[in-house]
Amino acid sequence: MPTTTIAGRRIDVNEEGFLVNPDEWDEALAVELARQIGIEMTDAHWAPIRFMREDYQANDKVTPTLRRMSTAGGFNVKELFALFPKKPAKKMSYIAGVPKPVGCV
Amino acid sequence: MTDTPIIPDFGDDDADSGERKLVVICSKGNLDMAYPGLILASAALGEGIETHIFFTFWGFDIINKKTQDNLKFSMVGNTAMHMPELARLKPGLENMSMPQVLGGVPGMTSAATKMMKKQIADLDIPTIPEMVEHIQDMGGHLWACRLSFDMMKLNEEDLVDGVEGVISATDFMELSEGAQIIFV
Repeated sequence: MPTTTIAGRRIDVNEEGFLVNPDEWDEALAVELARQIGIEMTDAHWAPIRFMREDYQANDKVTPTLRRMSTAGGFNVKELFALFPKKPAKKMSYIAGVPKPVGCV
Repeated sequence: MTDTPIIPDFGDDDADSGERKLVVICSKGNLDMAYPGLILASAALGEGIETHIFFTFWGFDIINKKTQDNLKFSMVGNTAMHMPELARLKPGLENMSMPQVLGGVPGMTSAATKMMKKQIADLDIPTIPEMVEHIQDMGGHLWACRLSFDMMKLNEEDLVDGVEGVISATDFMELSEGAQIIFV
């Protein structure tokens, strides 16, 4: 498994660059991860990222899909697309340091 | 050793990013045939792909407010119908095709539909009306076929909100220019 350096920190990632060890994650790192993909974190960004991490932990380490972000998290799908353009579910999971969602819907 | 950070490629920098376009044609109104097109459309939207769905013939039931929550699944004509529960009676039975004649038994379509809806709900997959709404929330475009619309004597009010137009086959050709097409 490769490691990479983001903002001076060594982190373990998979081939694609997603964190493999959620314990290496903290909010300071999330800011840097977001910056790597062109996103500046605001309060509006934090709410879904925090929910995604909580839900991942609470739900047997399953990353919520976009649909679940909407139904369980109460987030507006259109807003998620605006905050994390084009591929919101994948981008959120990258920033949140959890695996990308595998559910179909 | 130079250490270039490993960052996932979300395709944002691709010159052709955003160019990919998908059109799904939904032509069937059975419960089991409504899902594939909707799920693929939803997956495409989640990948940032411009996505259109064209509803034609029986597929109209998916966007008709009066029918969309009442799609049915019939065993008739489906030789791939199995009952996972039968494995409890005798291992192997779950792979057996259900006899076609059973599908014609009164009440069987309703029972099979109920069973399928439960299996779908157990997997946390939305109902058809919810799927259609979700697709719209994700920015999907819905189109209705003019010919089927006229043939089935529908009104605009019958259709779910947000259908962008009732269009002809020629319009569809323009709409789908350069798109990948999935026909269901």
